[in-house]
This record gives sequence, C-alpha cells and structure tokens, in this order.
Amino acid sequence: MAIQLKMPALSPTMEEGTLAKWFVKEGDEVSSGDILAEIETDKATMEFEAVDEGVITKILVAAGTDEVPVGAVIAEMAGEDEETGPADEEKPASASKAEAEPEATEEVKPEIMETAPPAPISRADDPSVPAGTSLVSITVREALRDAMAEEMRKDDTVFVMGEEVAEYQGAYKVTQGLLDEFGPKRVIDTPITEHGFAGIGAGAAMGGLKPIVEFMTFNFAMQAIDQIINSAAKTNYMSGGQMRCPIVFRGPNGAASRVGAQHSQNYGPWYAAVPGLVVIAPYDAADAKGLLKAAIQTPDPVVFLENELLYGRSFEIPEIDDYTLPIGKARIMREGSDVTIVSYSIGVGLALEAADNLAGEGIEAEVIDLRTLRPLDTETVLKSLAKTNRMVVAEEGWPTCSIASEIVALCMEQGFDDLDAPVMRVTNEDVPLPYAANLEKAALIDSARIVAAVKKVCYR
Amino acid sequence: MAKSPRKTTPVKKPAAAKRPPAKPKPAVHSTGGLKAPIYSASKEEMLDFYEQMLLIRRFEEKAGQLYGLGLIGGFCHLYIGQEAVVTGLQTAINPGKDSVITGYRDHGHMLACGIDPKIVMAELTGRASGISKGKGGSMHMFSVDHGFYGGHGIVGAQVSLGTGLAFAHKYKEDGGVCLAYFGDGASNQGQVYESFNMAELWQLPVIFVIENNQYAMGTSVNRSSAEDQLYRRGESFRIPGVQVDGMDVLAVRGAVEEVLKDVRSGGGPVLMELKTYRYRGHSMSDPAKYRSRDEVQDVREKSDPIERLKAALLKQGVKEEDLKALDKKVRKTVMEAADFAEESPEPALSELYTNVLVEQY
Ligand SMILES: Cc1ncc(C[n+]2csc(CCOP(=O)(O)OP(=O)(O)O)c2C)c(N)n1
Ligand SMILES: [Mg+2]
Repeated sequence: MAIQLKMPALSPTMEEGTLAKWFVKEGDEVSSGDILAEIETDKATMEFEAVDEGVITKILVAAGTDEVPVGAVIAEMAGEDEETGPADEEKPASASKAEAEPEATEEVKPEIMETAPPAPISRADDPSVPAGTSLVSITVREALRDAMAEEMRKDDTVFVMGEEVAEYQGAYKVTQGLLDEFGPKRVIDTPITEHGFAGIGAGAAMGGLKPIVEFMTFNFAMQAIDQIINSAAKTNYMSGGQMRCPIVFRGPNGAASRVGAQHSQNYGPWYAAVPGLVVIAPYDAADAKGLLKAAIQTPDPVVFLENELLYGRSFEIPEIDDYTLPIGKARIMREGSDVTIVSYSIGVGLALEAADNLAGEGIEAEVIDLRTLRPLDTETVLKSLAKTNRMVVAEEGWPTCSIASEIVALCMEQGFDDLDAPVMRVTNEDVPLPYAANLEKAALIDSARIVAAVKKVCYR
Repeated sequence: MAKSPRKTTPVKKPAAAKRPPAKPKPAVHSTGGLKAPIYSASKEEMLDFYEQMLLIRRFEEKAGQLYGLGLIGGFCHLYIGQEAVVTGLQTAINPGKDSVITGYRDHGHMLACGIDPKIVMAELTGRASGISKGKGGSMHMFSVDHGFYGGHGIVGAQVSLGTGLAFAHKYKEDGGVCLAYFGDGASNQGQVYESFNMAELWQLPVIFVIENNQYAMGTSVNRSSAEDQLYRRGESFRIPGVQVDGMDVLAVRGAVEEVLKDVRSGGGPVLMELKTYRYRGHSMSDPAKYRSRDEVQDVREKSDPIERLKAALLKQGVKEEDLKALDKKVRKTVMEAADFAEESPEPALSELYTNVLVEQY
C-alpha cells in the first residue's frame, strides 16, 4: 500500500523549501521517528521525520533540489504493517484529500503574504540619494541585521539582548551571525523574562550603554510594557533632561499567519500614544535599515515595530555607506492626484496593490508610508490631502483608537477645508484575531477593502 | 546537554525564619525528604496508563502529519516524550472537582482530562466543531466542563491564573486543587514568583507542576537558570518541592498521591519538578540545532515512558498481542479524530463577531 510523502510545511509561513539531503535511500526500512530528509527554508534547516513504518520505494525529488513547493510528493513508501492495516489505509485517502487542498492552503495565506508591487518611486529617485548610486536587493531580515551589525562595529556601547538572539541566531533569524562577529558579551541570550530584561536594558541605557532589546514578538512585550512606558519613556522628562534612556526595543509586531489571538496584535497605536517614545514601523528593506540605524543612534528611547511577514521579502536598497534615514519623515511611495492612501508597515504593500488596481479603473492614488508613527509627519499627510482632497487610511490593526483614527482627527483639525469627502479607515475587523483560516482571512485587512473605501470617498 | 532524568531528591525544609510556620509542612517533606513511593498499580491501572500515553503519542504524531499537509496552521507544539507526566498526574486527581491549567503545549493535557480527541483535533484544523469553534487554535483551548482552563499562549501567564483558580477553590471551599503546569523556561518569569509568594502566604491549594523537558525553545535549563534544580525554586517562599522522574508514569503517580494528600488537607502549595524530555522540536518550525540527534535518540532508547511501561506490563504477563490490540484501538480513535477534523466545515463567517463580549450594550 503506497504512502505518499509530501514536502511538509514546517513553519506557518513556509511555501517552498530546498530538499537539502536525504538520509534514506530506496529500499530502506524506516520506522516512526526516523529522520528521512533535511529541508531548508530561508529561515532554518529542519529535519523531516517519518510518521509511518514501512519501506521507501521511490525517491521522487533529488537531494539539492530548490524551490520544492509545500505539498509536492517527494517520495513514496510502502506501509508494511499488516496488523494496523485497516487503520493505516486512510493514508492514501488523506493524501488525495490533501491533493484537493492546495487551493484551501493558498487561501490560508493572508493576501498580505503575496509579493507586493514595487513602489513606483524608486529609491534611486530619492533626493537624498546621490545620483548614480547603485541599488542592491536585500531582504528586510538582512537589512535589520546589517543595521545592527554596522552600529555595533561603530559603537562598542551598543549591544543586543533578548530571547534566543545569540546561539539560536534569533527566533526569526534577524540576529543571524551577530554572536559570531561580536561575541557573547554583546549578543546576549536572556531567559524568558521580558519584564526583567526590558528593565535591565533600560537601566543599562541610563547607565550609559545603548541596548537593543529584541522581543521575540511584541505580544510578549506586554509583559514589559511598564518598563517601556514608565521607565524608558518618561526618564528624560522627569529628570529635567539629565537622565537619558537611549534604548531600542525591537521585534516583530502585528498579525503573522494563523497564530491566533494572543500572538497577533499591532501595538503601533499603543506605543504611539506615549509621549517620550519614538515609534517606528518600516515597510521595506531600505527603511528597515536606515531607520533602525537612526533608532540606535538617537539618544531617545525607540520602539521599533517590524513585521514577520515582511522579513523574507526583498527590496532594493541604495548602496551607501552608513545608510541612515531621518526619523519622523513619511515617504511618498507613489504619486497620484485623485486620492491619498496613508499606511505603514505591512499595510503599505496592500495600499500599493490597491493603487495598482485603482489605476486600472482610472483612479490615481497617492500612497504615503508614514514610517514613523511618533512623531507623525503631519506635514506630508496634510500636503497630500491638499492635493487630492480625499483620504483613506489603511492599517493592519484594530480600528478603535488607531493610527487611522489619529489621521482622521488630524484631517478634521488641520485639513478640514481640503476635504471633499469624509476620511475613511480601513482596518482589521474589531475582534480578537481568530485562528480558523477563513475567519482569519475575513478579519484581516486586504487590498480589496482599500479599493472599496477609495471608491467610496471618490463617490465612484 | 541533557542530564538524565533523576530520581526523586530529598527536599530540605528551609530553616525557619521569623514568621511562625503557617502550617505544619507536609509529611512527605518534613520527614527528611520525599521518598515518593513508586505507585503500585494494578494491571488494569497500568493498562489504562499505557493506553492514555499511547493515545497522546499517536494523537501528536497525527497532528504533526496534518501540520505537514497544511491542515493545521500557525504554531503546533507536540507533547511527544512527556506523556508520563500528564498521565501520572491527571489520573490521580478528581475530574469534577479539581482544576487544570497549562501553556500552549496542551493537547496531551486535554486528552488526559478526558476531552474527546475529535474536538481537540478539529480545533487544531480550525473547524466549527473544534472545542473553541475554531477560533482559538492549538494554543488556546479550554473546557470548563472538564475543569481544563487552557491552553495559554503567553509563557508564565498560566501560573498566576492557576494560583487564581486555587484561590477560587479555597474561597468557595469546594475542596478542589489546581494543577498549574508550566515549563522550565516559564519558571523564570517574574509573575511565577509573585504567585508563589501569594500562594504560600494565603495557603492556596495549588500544585505548581514544572515540566522540565530540559529546553525552552533552543535554550537549555542551565543556560537560563541560576538555580537549575527547579524543585528548589519555591524555597524562599517556603514552598516545598519534589523532583520526580517524569519519564516513569508510576513514579509520577506515586509522588502526586503524596503531594495531593498534603495539599488537600490544607497544607498550601507544593512544587513538583518533573524531569522529562521533548522528542520533537519546540514547535513544528524548530531547526533543532541546539541539541544533537544522539541526545534525543539516547533518551528515546533508554527512557521512553511508553516503552518503559510496556516492559513492565510484559513482565507482569500481559501478552504482546494484547498491547498491539490496544495500539490498534488507539490508532483507530486517532484516525477517526483526524477524519472528523478534516471533514468538519470551517466556522460560519458570522462567528467572527460572536463571543467578543457576553452581553450586548
Ligand atoms: C511571554 C512570552 N515570551 C516568549 C514567548 C515565546 N515562547 C513560546 S514557548 C517558549 C519556550 C518556553 O519553554 P518552556 O517554558 O520550557 O516550555 P516548553 O516549550 O519546553 O514546553 C517561548 C520563548 C511566549 N509565548 N510568551
Ligand atoms: Mg521546556
């Protein structure tokens, strides 16, 4: 009875991987728990274990093959277990059921995981980038790592601390290689003690160091939020400017993929509400690098919100030494005259996608990436509003008391005369994020909802 | 480097400080340390333990397989290797009366609480018939009917919550005890110690169960813990601790019998450290570079809780084919659960907005 072995999904976001190595060959007998193969993704190398007992009859994908899609049949096995025969017979059935599954599996992937359209305004056109600068393509993950490494080379008071940042190379591999280069004095694994190490980081910053504190995700920073707000954010003010707290709290923020209510939240609005903090939430690799470097350099405490779903995405970045960007400046990603879509972080990709679709229908949308949530670049937002007279804010997060709400208030207070339509918020649904694939998809913002809102404010 | 699971170790009662001892310390501890008796189980009981552990193992293997097929998403933390812990403990408690709480590695606890494998598996696949209607996912499952209070995704949170459940038992005088399970990694969280203090101060009926599987993701206990003998972690709060071989279901059951007697009689909290091991990665996406293949293989070969009990059963004259039949029965149960979980429909879209609040305002 043939059992098909399929390329497994080994992480919530894995779509394909490299079949690095086979540990078995045709004719080998295997039992449950035996390692069959080694599989690599951009994040990690993982072992693929046998679940069933039997004999490997055919190896269909050779070792060293790249881009093997999840679900592809990589080998066949003959089950040999007579006694458990009837129970095991479901295997091919379940395999063929899985064959019908790919669409469902596709659906599971939130739209935000698709590669977003590139911003029409190239980094090369950035006025701050010298003419003739070449662009290189790197992932957001590499950009963040490079930013930390460069700052650590320059300034030996900079160090990184967090759960699994050193030996494990980062839970999401953002700190990959840092331990090798900088050693355990400066790349420090902590126990699972967020409140403690956030406080230790803040204290070290008060004592003259420049800590980068990684939270495995910002969901876990809720354990530490007291130190971030009551200690880091207020020290400079309360001490009349004597005592500084130059610290960066960074890590992934927002919804990932199917990780449920406790692991899928956008804290942008939470931290952006706090005077004394700088809050940055980049979308692409260039901003990730340029703004993380700025965050490490600034004497103020910074909350730096990344996004797991963007880590693996590649973007062009100018090849400039010490590429640092100004904090507090939004970026116009795409110019347009009919409507402005304001967004940040992963929402920017959706806004660009929506703008592309709208262009097909004759609506030219201007897309603004806020990049810094506190202080907000109100000037860029209001200027664009004065030009287009219509605005939609797209945010991967809850609607109530959101960054979107803040932008709406800004337009009411300072841009009222420029408005030809009410400003609309496009956000996630106002519920804890559900786990079920269909409910999760329904709960999360997508480009279709942005398109619909734009049409509404354009009265189309 | 994993230490081999150790035998139960004596617990010294800390020297008395100023505050008069609020209670006579449990007999098991004050007599100079726990000599936790190995539980002398009847053949029927042993067969029952065997079946329960096997159910957890087969269920988890299946869950791993469904994850690989894309039917389970997000994180999925398997309990394989640790079956003796939950089986030994849960078979000793009083299902209608006591309460149980744990972290995200919760499938085994639910099965040991007697929850239908079908609705657990259907939650893992995110279907309407899942125990949380598909809205919770593998890390967030609950069954108040079974006294199972979750299923929590935030490391350490369940320890304070469990202490609160114990507070409620004492307040209501319902005679219940709370079993609060957490990992070696979780045992470093600050709220754990705040809870220890209040639990002892208020003499709450809670058993703090540390499932020391040697690793928190990629961090071994000795890389994260200044005191790596975790059973001693309650000492400065005067909470007695016992260390038990968590790969031996009879040792676990024997130890908890004693501990339960003390806690039920109003003796306040006790800490149990169960030395165990997780065979699989932390979650499905764990590259597992922090330990060697040999280390895992070694534990599997020498201390597997199921094989160990199997050997004891065979020694008692149980026939190999009877055990095979049991395995077949368990496989069938798991297969049915998997089919159910695959075939059940996804939740209705209207469920997105239900259960946010209880009332309408
Ligand atoms: C507050 C918090 N910090 C970090 C995490 C991420 N995380 C999930 S499980 C885990 C390791 C926990 O290890 P342990 O307590 O030993 O339990 P085990 O996984 O071994 O069962 C970590 C760091 C989390 N879920 N919550
Ligand atoms: Mg552990």
